[in-house]
Amino acid sequence: MRILLWGALPYVAFALLVSGLVWRHRYDRFGWTTRSSEIYESRLLRLASPVFHYGILFVLAGHLLGLFVPASWTDAIGVRERAYNLLSLIGGTLAGALAIAGIALLVYRRRTNAPVLLATTRNDKAMYVLLVGSIALGMYAKLSHASFGHGYDYRGTIAVWARSLFRLDPRTDLMAGAPVAFQVHAVVGMVLIAAVPYTRLVHMFSAPLPYFFRPYLVYRSRGPLQERPQPRGWERIGA
Amino acid sequence: MRVMAQVAMVMNLDKCIGCHTCSVTCKQTWTNRTGMEYVWFNNVETRPGQGYPRRWQDQERWRGGWRLNRRGALTLRAGSRLARMASIFANPVLPGIKDYYEPWTYDYRNLVNAPLGDDYPVAAPRSLITGRPMAIEWSANWDDDLGGSVEHKAADPLLGGAGARAREIAEKVRFTFEETFMFYLPRICEHCLNPSCVASCPSGAIYKREEDGIVLVDQDRCRGWRQCVTACPYKKVYFNHRTGKAEKCTFCYPRVEVGLPTVCSETCVGRLRYLGVMLYDAERVAAAASVPDDQGLYEAQLGVFLDPQDPAVRAAAERDGIPRDWIEAALRSPVHALISRYRVALPLHPEFRTLPMVWYVPPLSPVVEALTETGFDGEDAGNLFGAIDALRIPVEYLAGLFTAGDPGPVRASLDKLAAMRSHMRAVNLGDAGGGETSQAARAVGMSGREVEEMYRLLALAKYEERYVIPTAAIGEAHGLEESVVQGCSLDAEGGPGMGGDVHAAGPFGEDSGRRRLPLVSLESFHVLRRRQTADDEGAVSAASPTSGPYRSDTAGDDRAER
Ligand code: SF4
Ligand code: SF4
Repeated sequence: MRILLWGALPYVAFALLVSGLVWRHRYDRFGWTTRSSEIYESRLLRLASPVFHYGILFVLAGHLLGLFVPASWTDAIGVRERAYNLLSLIGGTLAGALAIAGIALLVYRRRTNAPVLLATTRNDKAMYVLLVGSIALGMYAKLSHASFGHGYDYRGTIAVWARSLFRLDPRTDLMAGAPVAFQVHAVVGMVLIAAVPYTRLVHMFSAPLPYFFRPYLVYRSRGPLQERPQPRGWERIGA
Repeated sequence: MRVMAQVAMVMNLDKCIGCHTCSVTCKQTWTNRTGMEYVWFNNVETRPGQGYPRRWQDQERWRGGWRLNRRGALTLRAGSRLARMASIFANPVLPGIKDYYEPWTYDYRNLVNAPLGDDYPVAAPRSLITGRPMAIEWSANWDDDLGGSVEHKAADPLLGGAGARAREIAEKVRFTFEETFMFYLPRICEHCLNPSCVASCPSGAIYKREEDGIVLVDQDRCRGWRQCVTACPYKKVYFNHRTGKAEKCTFCYPRVEVGLPTVCSETCVGRLRYLGVMLYDAERVAAAASVPDDQGLYEAQLGVFLDPQDPAVRAAAERDGIPRDWIEAALRSPVHALISRYRVALPLHPEFRTLPMVWYVPPLSPVVEALTETGFDGEDAGNLFGAIDALRIPVEYLAGLFTAGDPGPVRASLDKLAAMRSHMRAVNLGDAGGGETSQAARAVGMSGREVEEMYRLLALAKYEERYVIPTAAIGEAHGLEESVVQGCSLDAEGGPGMGGDVHAAGPFGEDSGRRRLPLVSLESFHVLRRRQTADDEGAVSAASPTSGPYRSDTAGDDRAER
């Protein structure tokens, strides 16, 4: 069980993420979109969506900082454990609160607005459960093991395990010793990561960074005219 | 000089009878799909009126097009790149479905299924967005023929503006509303030279085609950020709410590629649309779009166009790879004649700074009618010239539409149209010989022959003279039958076919990958036919979009059952 959860699952999740992205890019580029519902309802969305997205971006940054920046580095620039703990607690909680408030509003909007609800697929619903679940569990894990003096020092355990994954030498023992709340959060999080390419969350991988570096106008050539195979649904109708 | 070619359109508003044939045929061809119910790539609006979507011209509100920043450089009115990317999680100025209209159908089933009773069964309207019964309150042309305009007219952005002049026009229009001066304005995407939709797209999915200037959305690259919907000042990019992608008028490129006119042109009852090639200098585009004075934009855009009669231009065009038959088409282009030679066509809202490429011959009829009603001879040149002056309302209103408020070019154009009427009457009544320069012609600085040529183009409007469209490319002639188009152009990148891939084959050989496995299918002809011909409802719902109008089977993306 220990190996399965902390030694195998991370790799499975990562493999699913990468292969899912490749597969989606090859076979379903047309379905790769944010699937925005702003055209149906915009008043709530204009508040909730930025709140959620900025919140979750901060949460993401916090995770990267916490998991992949070793304590020795922060020590080196003179940030002591206590200061780090406070930063992590307050910053993390604020970001988490933003994300939770945002997604709560978004889910409320989805439930109460008829056109938006109609545009919600089963896939979306499952995705929402996973997403809300992992955020909520993360908040719970954090807050239930926190105090202003000395919080749970995940940088000595979970973070080391996370980094060890990249050395292909997972320190499963460290994770097995972590509090249950963190364990559950980690598992749900890994499932979420694996699910990203198969849900609308995939739009996070189209963050339009190249936009800042291209000229305003885009020209493209039509290319030579040629016969191409007909996609399904566009067969000739013999008219 | 870098010569580029564009297929452009001119519409002669004098002849538009507001029949909406163009809109309907366009819709049947391109947008009769789920997700696009509210979309009209071509729409015809009554002027004065709000238009579709409501008050689209009001850029204070919708923030479309370009503006000059403090340094005098072009920037999107919707905001800088950074500002727009910072607000990408919810577009602050996206028109909602109600700004277009909530699309509906009727519950026809009730007509046959209703239980026997004393009352006639009715087919109640049902929203195509929610599926619920709804009250119809607005549509794409609710104020058609000025219907309800006495209540709505304050909502015409051209009449609702601030400033003494706008108020004065508004007052006059209000005053003459009973005598009604009105005309129709058919609109499609302008396929601009400086398209703000292209500039706003974060994914780089919208592009202008090098060969013919058509602006298209690459459906495989669009990620549904909706920036283009805001950025287009003409509100001619639409969000497909089912697929989550932007779609827009394609200038019927599969037809144009093989030399056929667009559907709206082909079916236009008034035969008022002209299609032809414009040659322009791509290097002058940016400068022309950043002319400081709004009213200078019309002239500036004229300055971008090149005269194919000029041998130097033709040589440069050949150097820049414009095929010879395109250059020849440019020589015969009716669009070039109306825009640059006769200067009777004007751009729609040049002050948006996108350098639009669908131009309009302003309507003279409101003037003629007003004149005839007052008991004067509406075709007498003297009367007409005077009337164009005296009837300031139409001219100033038209100037608000076509020249950023400068009445000069509108007057000049209307004068030429008036002169044409008088000249042709003189010729027909034997007062002047054909080819002779009559008084009317002289008054507008044209020769009799020129006036008659313009008359031939505008009034007789022969099919071959209205549409001078070179085919996609010489040397590819073997593939240019229409049959090939059905197979290839529709699913080219950016096309509504959205299936094919023009890139080379994948690593697993020619037929690997998405060509054989298009996992997302939209409503197709077959689905539609099955739905129309199925006998029982079960078969219909198994095949129709109600059970899965947009299925992405792979992602387990079935829509919720209704
Ligand atoms: S009119 Fe057409 S080309 Fe011009 S900005 Fe709008 S969508 Fe783009
Ligand atoms: S089909 Fe022609 S005449 Fe009829 S509304 Fe359209 S542009 Fe006007």
